[in-house]
Amino acid sequence: MQERFTHKNQRTLYDFHGGIHPEENKWQSTQGAVQSVALPSTLIVPLQQHAGKPAKVLVNTGDSVLKGQLIAEADGVISANVHAPSSGIVREIAEHPIAHPSGLEANCIVIDTDGSDNWCELEQHVDYLNLPREQVLRIVRSSGISGMGGAGFPTDVKLHPANLKQLNTLIINGIECEPYITADDMLMRTYADEMLRGIEIMARLLEPKQVVLAIEDNKPHAFEAIQAALAEKRSHASASSPYEVELAVIPTKYPSGGEKQLIYVLTGLEVPSGGIPADIGIVCQNVATARAVYRAVRYGEPLISRITTLAGDRFEQPCNVEALLGTPISHLLAEFNCKPAKREKIIIGGPMMGYTIEQTDTPVVKTTNCILAPAEQELPNDEFAQACIRCGLCTEACPAELLPQQLYWFARSHEYEKAEHHNLFDCIECGACAYVCPSSIPLVQHYRHAKGEIKAKQLETEKSDRARVRFEARQERLERETKEKEAKRKARAEAAAKLQAEKQKQQAEAENNPEAATTKPAIDPKKAAIEAALARKAQTSPAVETPQASVEELKTALEKTEAKLEKMIDALEDAKANAPDNVAKLQRAVEKNQLRVNQAKQNLEKAVSSPSSTSPQVQAQKTVPPEAQTPEPKEETPQVDLSELKNNIEKAEAKLEKMRDALQDAQENAPDNVEKLQRAVTKNETRVKAAQTAYENALAANGGSNQA
Amino acid sequence: MSLMMKSSPHTKQNQSTASIMRWVILLCVPGLLVQSYFFGWGNLHNVLLCVVTAIASEAAILALRKRPISFFISDYSAILTGVLLGIALPPFAPWWVSVIATSFSIVFVKQLYGGLGYNPFNPAMAGYALVLISFPLAMTTTWSTPTSLQSEFPSITQTVQAIWEIESVPDGYTGATPLDVYKHEIGVGTQESVQADPIFGNYIALGWEWVNIAFLLGGLGLLVLRIIPWQTPVGVIAGIALPALIFSADADQAVPLSLHLFAGATMFGAFFIATDPVSSSTTPRGRLVFGFGIGLLTYIIRSFGAYPDAIAFAVLLMNFAAPLIDVYTQPRSYGHNKAKRGPKAKEKV
Repeated sequence: MQERFTHKNQRTLYDFHGGIHPEENKWQSTQGAVQSVALPSTLIVPLQQHAGKPAKVLVNTGDSVLKGQLIAEADGVISANVHAPSSGIVREIAEHPIAHPSGLEANCIVIDTDGSDNWCELEQHVDYLNLPREQVLRIVRSSGISGMGGAGFPTDVKLHPANLKQLNTLIINGIECEPYITADDMLMRTYADEMLRGIEIMARLLEPKQVVLAIEDNKPHAFEAIQAALAEKRSHASASSPYEVELAVIPTKYPSGGEKQLIYVLTGLEVPSGGIPADIGIVCQNVATARAVYRAVRYGEPLISRITTLAGDRFEQPCNVEALLGTPISHLLAEFNCKPAKREKIIIGGPMMGYTIEQTDTPVVKTTNCILAPAEQELPNDEFAQACIRCGLCTEACPAELLPQQLYWFARSHEYEKAEHHNLFDCIECGACAYVCPSSIPLVQHYRHAKGEIKAKQLETEKSDRARVRFEARQERLERETKEKEAKRKARAEAAAKLQAEKQKQQAEAENNPEAATTKPAIDPKKAAIEAALARKAQTSPAVETPQASVEELKTALEKTEAKLEKMIDALEDAKANAPDNVAKLQRAVEKNQLRVNQAKQNLEKAVSSPSSTSPQVQAQKTVPPEAQTPEPKEETPQVDLSELKNNIEKAEAKLEKMRDALQDAQENAPDNVEKLQRAVTKNETRVKAAQTAYENALAANGGSNQA
Repeated sequence: MSLMMKSSPHTKQNQSTASIMRWVILLCVPGLLVQSYFFGWGNLHNVLLCVVTAIASEAAILALRKRPISFFISDYSAILTGVLLGIALPPFAPWWVSVIATSFSIVFVKQLYGGLGYNPFNPAMAGYALVLISFPLAMTTTWSTPTSLQSEFPSITQTVQAIWEIESVPDGYTGATPLDVYKHEIGVGTQESVQADPIFGNYIALGWEWVNIAFLLGGLGLLVLRIIPWQTPVGVIAGIALPALIFSADADQAVPLSLHLFAGATMFGAFFIATDPVSSSTTPRGRLVFGFGIGLLTYIIRSFGAYPDAIAFAVLLMNFAAPLIDVYTQPRSYGHNKAKRGPKAKEKV
């Protein structure tokens, strides 16, 4: 009972590769009109009925809701609003089995209907064709309309593509190539007028050069209905519509309703792999979506119901129904006398791409175009799969022009890279290959599994890549910081050395010309103060020059202590930022050092004010020309300095020892601290080394001055 | 209530591996009958013997491999191998030649590689090549002269006795094949003098021409039923015909095109042997290349080799090349500008 009709198309049609001609079985469900369904006592409304993110719940348990009331709002761009399909009370918001290929559970708003089916207030627009486009888009978005053909992509997103200017063709998909399904067929027969108005709205948004409505040549009744509606439209205010709808009739072949295949049939163009139709200036919309758009814009009705085919021999009379979204499938089965036996299937969608459900209380959603309850012999379960004999029938049937049997071998042997190389991701899972396979191999299942594995792997790689980038960035930062610190330290050391040299020079000058010393510009306020003090001393007791040497030492000590203090403050800052545990300890150390600095200052003051007994001797020495210098005083001056440095080394070494002990202790008892301590030890080791170097430098400097 | 869970699609075409094999066997029958009409009972006997041997070897090895015997036997693939060997072997080939060829095909070439679908080589042709190399005498002196040239149509008993080596083959019942005769005698004669031999008959080669036509018709049937792809037989015929047209244009110097196409196993090979899907190339374009390679090699071996016919060797050689051909003949997929050809590594660079 497969009817066909012919129609002279305006355009040349193209034939896509492969495809199959399964038994259509469409006549059974098109015998009567679209029926209404008794209001179910419970509606189970999933938050996700569309492609993208689930909507965010806006109601609470116990709230009463009106029909059409927004109960969950879109979360992000690729998401859609969800509305209450009937009035009642929210019983719960909980996980519930939904119609999903993987048999997943998802959050649903469960509504106990009150039977009154009270609408909320709706915003009507009699003059709906002259609304500003932003408003129309807003209405489409707020009405929760998503593609009703199967993919469920939010419609408003497709209605304002990024490259609107390049948009060339709006294709309205009325193909419905899957066997058994007649929901779109019945919609076109019944609501051709509303659908055409919806198309008009969409065309005005997209401003395409052409609008093509495509149907298969097995839907003569729909064709007639559309022709009549088109004629009616033309006879009315025809001049007002700038968009003429071209009706294209294409030969029946599965899967010509697939977006990519339909585009090829109508235009000869191919959607680039990994791209979307908009990339080649085409937007595809389903006929049911077009009607939903009209209902939303004209009457303000959100998407809360859809036409669904009830098909299969287990239904007493297969038919089409206008079902509220959220209607449990068990309710439809009961209302239309369908009692599946054990080991039988309930398929959501058609026999080619539909998926089975485990529980019948799964709800109808925006994309549910068919509920198929076949008798066991009608769609028999798989036979035992035989070996692939590479007959190539699948290659001939594949509409994506892939090599299904090669993909199968790669998928089976986990050679996923090769599978990707053979364009696994261009597979649209239409099932044509498995349909023709003489060995009854569930090919599509293998591809789905391989795709899942590859995606999981990609996710993992991405994750580890991100972690690596993060780690490398951190390493770089630490390195940079260390280098900066090092550079600072060096700069400081150089400055100190310069100062030292300057001072020595100054001293020498002062010895030769004491007046000049005072006139020397001060390098730093502290030094200036010291200098001033020295000058004062010199004035009060010009003869006494002896303290100079010891004052010098003290000054060095002060500088050193100051440098150390600075370092410690640095460390403290560092610790504050990175290791809060150390802060208290370092704080104490800083305070201690502060005291030491003060002490050193006082010592210096004291030394400056109380001349030592050795002073005449020293003075005598100083007045002696350098060549004649005796070794005796030379040794004396650096000795104090050196012993101090030695002292420093010893102290640092002792500290290091202690730290090493602590580290050992920690390694045995508290592994958490090991790292910290290790760092401290390393730091101290460098400190010891620095002290040693300073000592050696000092020795060398002495030797140098000796030679000088 | 828990319902049956199953992955899509939920419906499939009513065609099985077994039905494909059955169709191939069935469409061999016209050729086999014509062959028997012109060359006696030998091939029918051999078909029977090979089929029995094939089933027995398959069952034995399946039992050893602990696989369900009836499930695999009922795929008809072993039976088909037997039928093809029975047709290909010389009519008066001794029984042990058939048994060795068939059991080697099934046990070594097919089952030891994992059974149906996993054999890299054409089982029937591997078996054929084995006995051709191992027992050249038994394989070259047992071709039947056309029965119309014999004093009388040899009886079933005579044939069976000859094959089972109870009695020797009656004199005059066997002789060289036309391809062999032409190839050897054209060096010292002209087309007329060579074709004066009655085995060439009135047209091309007595009997052989009709056998080839019968297999051609059977093969066209397979094409119509879409059981075999058109690329392979077209490739084979083109592979033989093109060089034959170019290099064998002078029938006084070399075997002419007509004999190449209708005097040997060309049509049988092109439609029934080269089209074994398991060991052939799997891409549409690859099958054309694969077939052409078989044809070309057949021509080369026939013209320059020691063997009068060469389908078996050509098929086996191309079996080696099939995976490589596949790599370089991937079709362009929907949405891609061009096909991804060559190994993966190249693509990545």
